[in-house]
Amino acid sequence: MASNMKLKKVSLSTTPDESALRSLELGNIVYLNGLVYSAREGAYIKVVDEGTPLPLDLPELSAANFHCSPAAAKRPDGSYDVGAVSATASFRFRKWMDGWFRASGARLIMGKGGMSSDDYKRYFVPNNAIYLTTVGYGTGALLGRGVKRVRDVHWLNELGIAQAMWILEVENLGPFIVESDMNGNSLFERENEKISAGLAKLYEGTKPAVLKRFGETDDRSDELI
Amino acid sequence: MIPIDVVHSTAMTLMEKAAIEIPDDYLAGIKSAADAEEGDLSSFVLQSMLENYETAKDDRRAMCGDTGCPRWYVKMGNEARIEGGPVSLETTLRRATAQATNEIPLRPNRVHPLWRTDHNNNIGIQAPEIEFGFEPEGDWLDLVAVHKGGLFGTDYRMLFPSDGIEGIKRFFLDCLIAFGKRGLACQPAILGIGLGGNKDACMVHGKRAACLRVVGDRNPDSEIAELELELTELGNSIGMGAMGFVGNSMVIDTHIEVGYCHTGGMQMSFHAFCLSSRRACARIYPDGRVEYRTDPRWFTPYQRRETVEWPLT
Ligand code: SF4
Repeated sequence: MASNMKLKKVSLSTTPDESALRSLELGNIVYLNGLVYSAREGAYIKVVDEGTPLPLDLPELSAANFHCSPAAAKRPDGSYDVGAVSATASFRFRKWMDGWFRASGARLIMGKGGMSSDDYKRYFVPNNAIYLTTVGYGTGALLGRGVKRVRDVHWLNELGIAQAMWILEVENLGPFIVESDMNGNSLFERENEKISAGLAKLYEGTKPAVLKRFGETDDRSDELI
Repeated sequence: MIPIDVVHSTAMTLMEKAAIEIPDDYLAGIKSAADAEEGDLSSFVLQSMLENYETAKDDRRAMCGDTGCPRWYVKMGNEARIEGGPVSLETTLRRATAQATNEIPLRPNRVHPLWRTDHNNNIGIQAPEIEFGFEPEGDWLDLVAVHKGGLFGTDYRMLFPSDGIEGIKRFFLDCLIAFGKRGLACQPAILGIGLGGNKDACMVHGKRAACLRVVGDRNPDSEIAELELELTELGNSIGMGAMGFVGNSMVIDTHIEVGYCHTGGMQMSFHAFCLSSRRACARIYPDGRVEYRTDPRWFTPYQRRETVEWPLT
């Protein structure tokens, strides 16, 4: 088994200053303290596309946007029981990121799978923001343990549990891995580059399928056989 | 007669077990993957997962925040009779799914594909899926709850006999690499491969291969069993590990199920049962006894029968 000791672990505020973000390196392990909120396509459409005002003070209260939906249920006293929390795949939200950064002042985007380094350079770097990826990605129970309380939930009736904006008080919420840095580099891309080097050898001896599909050729007039 | 209230209470327990308790066979598989993993990031991911499974059990909270799509596999011995009949059985499973979603809690993932209507209980049109199987003997009812996760990690392709085993391997690698990048498949996974049948049956066989066979189980056809091992090894030699980081843990096990198909084709489907390989099973007897287990024991000689007659003469 590899030793994880060399992975650096960092505790970070959910309203981090620029220097704290600059000191983070790809592959660092991060735990968050403060207030985080969930916002994904439902909230993005409302705010970015439709211009609905934010339901809370951002980024004063939080600069940490989690692409997630909690497994939550309402208790009889009206408070919420958050069981587990896991992220959802972030690449689907790239088209809203620039607008969202401008509306919310977010500095940290947490989610699943990250985005491309092009997206980071185009949208994240100008807004001094970085991307933290969840781990696994199935570490929902660990993340659930980091959620101390549901401070509030917005747009629950309109958007449903999964898409509502959940405002969560968190303590040592994590682990997260630093996926993009302040220069817009991507850890996933760095790893993929290393892996890609060995792929040709892996495919040796296999042959392309008898019947091709579009996607394997972008020429729609191709016979495919 | 199998009492319907026992079906309900058992279904509630299974929903909870599936969401919270990682099955032993998969856990053992992740542990040995963690021992063998040499990539530091991939290894960190596996260690975190092992911690996560413990946390889920200690806190009685769902192991993953995406609690997947609950679905049911139901099997009956030929002599089983259920109080209220099959409709009452289906109704009970739907009710238990809704109630458990609220009580555990699970994430209400199920929405209308177009209107995105969410009843906040994982119930809707054609949801949850309830599939049935039968066995020639017995008066029992088997319930298997599967909470299938993963939007990423499934594909289907019509291959042809001339594509051969090399074609199967190539499509296997294509799927694994495409969905393994950035860890979208939440690997290392139990992979299910469906071969043959027709398009829909091929998907069904592959999904059942992933969800209803335990780690270490081999197909009774010795050559298919060999291929299962070979594909596992191939997957683990990509150079990719958990979350798509450099490493060697992609596949915990591979299961292949076949179905007879049209003479001209060789359909192939690929399914990944993710880091939250959630399944829980129980057998209910007419006297109300319930036995819990994690092995669905779905694929019996009867399920894979090849001839007209049963029993074999
Ligand atoms: S694929 Fe599985 S482990 Fe990953 S987020 Fe979905 S349910 Fe969780």
